[in-house]
Amino acid sequence: MKKKKLRSQCGRGREKIFSCACLVPSIVGVLIFFLIPFGIVIYYSMINNPVSGEYVGLENYRNLLDNLAFTKAAKNTATFSLIAVPLSIVLSLGLAILLERNIPGKSIFRTFFLSPLMVPTASVVLVWQVLFHNHGTINQIIEAFGGQTVDWLKSPKGQVIIILMFLWKNIGYNMILFMSALCSIPRDIIEVADLEGAGSFYKFIHIKLRYLSPTIIFVFILSLINSFKIFREVYLLTGKYPFGKLYMLQHFMNNTFENLNYQKLSAAAVLFALVMIVIIALLLIAENIFGKDVEN
Amino acid sequence: MIVRKQNKFLDISVTIFIAAAAILFLMPTVLTIANSFMTSSEINANYGVMFSNMSGGEKTFISEDINLKFIPDKVTLDQYKSVLIKNVDYLMKFWNSVILTVPITFFQLLLAVVTSYGFSRYPGKIKGLIFFVYIILMLMPAQVTLVPNYLVLDKFGMIETQELGVSQEMERFVSRLAIILPAVFSPFSIFLLTKVMKRIPTSYVEAAKLDGAGEIQIMTKIYLPMCKSALVSIGMLVFIDYWNMVEQPLVLMKGDNTSLHPLSVFLSQISGAEAGLAFAVGAVYMIPTILMFLYGEDYLVEGITYSGGIKG
Repeated sequence: MKKKKLRSQCGRGREKIFSCACLVPSIVGVLIFFLIPFGIVIYYSMINNPVSGEYVGLENYRNLLDNLAFTKAAKNTATFSLIAVPLSIVLSLGLAILLERNIPGKSIFRTFFLSPLMVPTASVVLVWQVLFHNHGTINQIIEAFGGQTVDWLKSPKGQVIIILMFLWKNIGYNMILFMSALCSIPRDIIEVADLEGAGSFYKFIHIKLRYLSPTIIFVFILSLINSFKIFREVYLLTGKYPFGKLYMLQHFMNNTFENLNYQKLSAAAVLFALVMIVIIALLLIAENIFGKDVEN
Repeated sequence: MIVRKQNKFLDISVTIFIAAAAILFLMPTVLTIANSFMTSSEINANYGVMFSNMSGGEKTFISEDINLKFIPDKVTLDQYKSVLIKNVDYLMKFWNSVILTVPITFFQLLLAVVTSYGFSRYPGKIKGLIFFVYIILMLMPAQVTLVPNYLVLDKFGMIETQELGVSQEMERFVSRLAIILPAVFSPFSIFLLTKVMKRIPTSYVEAAKLDGAGEIQIMTKIYLPMCKSALVSIGMLVFIDYWNMVEQPLVLMKGDNTSLHPLSVFLSQISGAEAGLAFAVGAVYMIPTILMFLYGEDYLVEGITYSGGIKG
């Protein structure tokens, strides 16, 4: 009896070791390509140059924050994300709620909304050019209505069009996430609310939003990551040096890579990583607060 | 009775609104495909002004305005002929995209199956901590991760490949590996797959164990089939993300290796005489992802139910 127990524990130990061994290849790769070099990045961000390796404290960061190209790029990226991400959440949630109704052709519409996800950015970039060129379709429509035309790609209003491109690409996927979350809200709770005579607005605020909050946080973080990828559209449309308002953080990084200024690059990467970590921490706290009472 | 009528009215207006929005969403894709059947002179006549400032000396007549057109005057496959047969350049770039994206997707998924299995069996404090590090890493944008990637790859000589002193074939291989390797270890699919695997009831595993199944059998015979739809949907997301990549090749492939750039980067450089081909190139580039979408849309929607919250 005792022996048998021992053996089964032994077996369990071996299984445990196997499950840990499964992690090894991935951990080695992550260490080599991400974590260890990131340590070096932190080191580089605090020395004057890789050759003499003199410790300079926060000077690289100070220089970076004085660098006009960096502050412009950071500001543009931040404003873009701050507008585009919440907008995409509100719009996709709205669409998901509308699609909850029993309307004809629902699944075809779903496919249409989802299609931009599968269309490579590079493929449709020409269409964006046709639409947003100075003599393009949008301006022709504006002209037809007697409005003031805008050279979108060369004006501060260019941010409007990159927000539109972002929404086009991301709303469909976010909508699907919200639709599946809406489906998983327990029916009986909604029924009880109906019996007690709750209005649909009340139901939305107090029940649905409550249950949706983990998904909202998830969609937020997903959209935030995707919002940093808007560089692709901007690069494909306007190249290495776009008009001021379209100059994104990735443009700055690319141009710094070209002249291999390790200090500037490292400081920028560390700073960006810190900002992201703060955002993630805030979201985790939010998840703990809102997620608690609906988890079971 | 009145209430019902109102609902009906609301339903109709919602349907109209949704239909209009959905068609608007499909429009850019349809436009690209429709225009790919135009003759190159028609494209130059309609959209020439877009390309003229890049190339300069165009001889043909170019209209001052851009004319958005859905239906070509004359449907032709000329563009496709040029892209696929006459000019091999595009096919080479297309191949560049394939040779990067397919190994990345395959190996990232393979690694994810093994690693997620490790994370979901016998979870403990240390595993939880490692998983948390992965989440943070996954959420880091390319602007952050490219810097450490670059440092390592540069140390290994995988960026300035001409200094390696190896054959040109080898140089190209190394340069491609420089993009593939960091992407394979990107934790995105591990994150999603672990969430799915954690939901697999332990009773399945216990039953299999009673039948004498070992750990590897549990992984391949129980976990793998149960994750099929999730794997398909994650695979699609990974594939489309790297099919689209722009940042990594721009930073990691330099000098002579720029000829290895995938088509996604190259499409922005089409101008002048080749302008007539641009839509067809774009349409050809869509084919793999569209096919995938048609095959896997239901998996994509179904596999999505695992989401919700950041933590595992």
